[in-house]
Amino acid sequence: MSISLKNRSLISISDYTPEEICHVLDIAEDFEKNPHQNLLNGRIIASLFFEPSTRTRLSFETAIQLLGGNVIGFSSTAGTSIQKGESLADTITMVASYADLIVMRNPIEGSARFASEVSKVPVINAGDGANQHPTQCMLDLYSIRKTQGTLENLEITLVGDLKYGRTVHSLVEAMCNFNAKFNLVSPVELKLPSVVKQHIKDRNLEYHQYTELEDAIPHSDIIYMTRIQRERFPDPEEYEKVKNSYVLRNAMLDASKPNCRVLHPLPRVNEIHVDVDANPKAYYFQQAQNGVYARQALIASILGLK
Amino acid sequence: MEKRKELTVSAIENGTVIDHIPADKVFQVVKILGLDKVTTPVYFGTNVESKKYGTKGFIKASNKYFAPEEVNKIALVAPTASIIEIKDFEVIRKQTVSIPDRIENIVKCFNPNCVTNKEHDVPTKFVVIKDAEGNIKLHCHYCEKNTTQDKLEFI
Repeated sequence: MSISLKNRSLISISDYTPEEICHVLDIAEDFEKNPHQNLLNGRIIASLFFEPSTRTRLSFETAIQLLGGNVIGFSSTAGTSIQKGESLADTITMVASYADLIVMRNPIEGSARFASEVSKVPVINAGDGANQHPTQCMLDLYSIRKTQGTLENLEITLVGDLKYGRTVHSLVEAMCNFNAKFNLVSPVELKLPSVVKQHIKDRNLEYHQYTELEDAIPHSDIIYMTRIQRERFPDPEEYEKVKNSYVLRNAMLDASKPNCRVLHPLPRVNEIHVDVDANPKAYYFQQAQNGVYARQALIASILGLK
Repeated sequence: MEKRKELTVSAIENGTVIDHIPADKVFQVVKILGLDKVTTPVYFGTNVESKKYGTKGFIKASNKYFAPEEVNKIALVAPTASIIEIKDFEVIRKQTVSIPDRIENIVKCFNPNCVTNKEHDVPTKFVVIKDAEGNIKLHCHYCEKNTTQDKLEFI
């Protein structure tokens, strides 16, 4: 049976089955070969960013324009009726009457799920606080499949902030569908939450916890670096203690496998030294570029155009 | 002079008796079942002696019957409660409560940044997760965080 994602909101990566995820990745592959496709033909997509974003917003808007669509929306709440105290339900109801699809980033956790229940048009979650960021997960999966040729049976090393990093949580959940083995490298204060670890245990998959990055590098297919996010720390002193825990340097990759690739959701601060950038194993900028194709694929699928 | 006897709550002719409520949870149960808003007689007692539990609370609600999904709402605070239905002063049915799989708008999400706490009029929704030891966690439908039993706060 053919897979259709028409009118299916994407709020959490687990909303889509592994087959549906692979379907989106196949379409993204097609967009990478041929990004200019006038499928939207003037349709209107609302881009509602209740908090600032660089990559996610720009790559969504690029994706929409490559598909021949128009964008309405805002990139911060300044000057909008939200500042006058309008409820999220009212904002979404109004925008849903203007646009064919809503892309929303909002710092309130669960806001995207709620918006999808209020809206008469589908909603794509572009990040809801520390909760979910499924389109980032989709482009991470695309990047992993593209560099490794498969999503199956890979060894994924996750480094840095495994506690607050929502991209890490979604990626673990998604990769559990593909028989991955996980290496978890983090300071004790930033270990993967037990609720996320439970996904690995539920599937009887292997995982190892490390405090030294060097110990995990030699057997990794993917090294997924993350920024230690200052904004997620309730206590600034705690942030100071762990902020420089892991820095990946070019020489450290000498011990890595030939197929190993370094990913990072960006922005980076200092956790990947700039001397890694020229190494062919550094893949984070291509990864960000893949975000456009993954988002094109999602928009086109959800609108029933692919 | 004859010593005045302890006043006991009279039996009800028709309605529901909720017995074996933990002594400190009676008022929560009243609220969860909406008995603070009814116009029919409601009697309740707390810190009453109980052979089984030491002390207990009870509620007698006249002319009131509850659907199973309604009484199951109280299972989170009063898992030991028994529900006794009365007709013409006779017990017609006795049942215990069981924790439902889903809970809506009874408990708050512990996450202060959850949409149910940030926006007005977003009802809470949880999936109940029971572990092997019988501990309960409520998985928020919106923010996807788990509220544990020690953080339960009723709306």
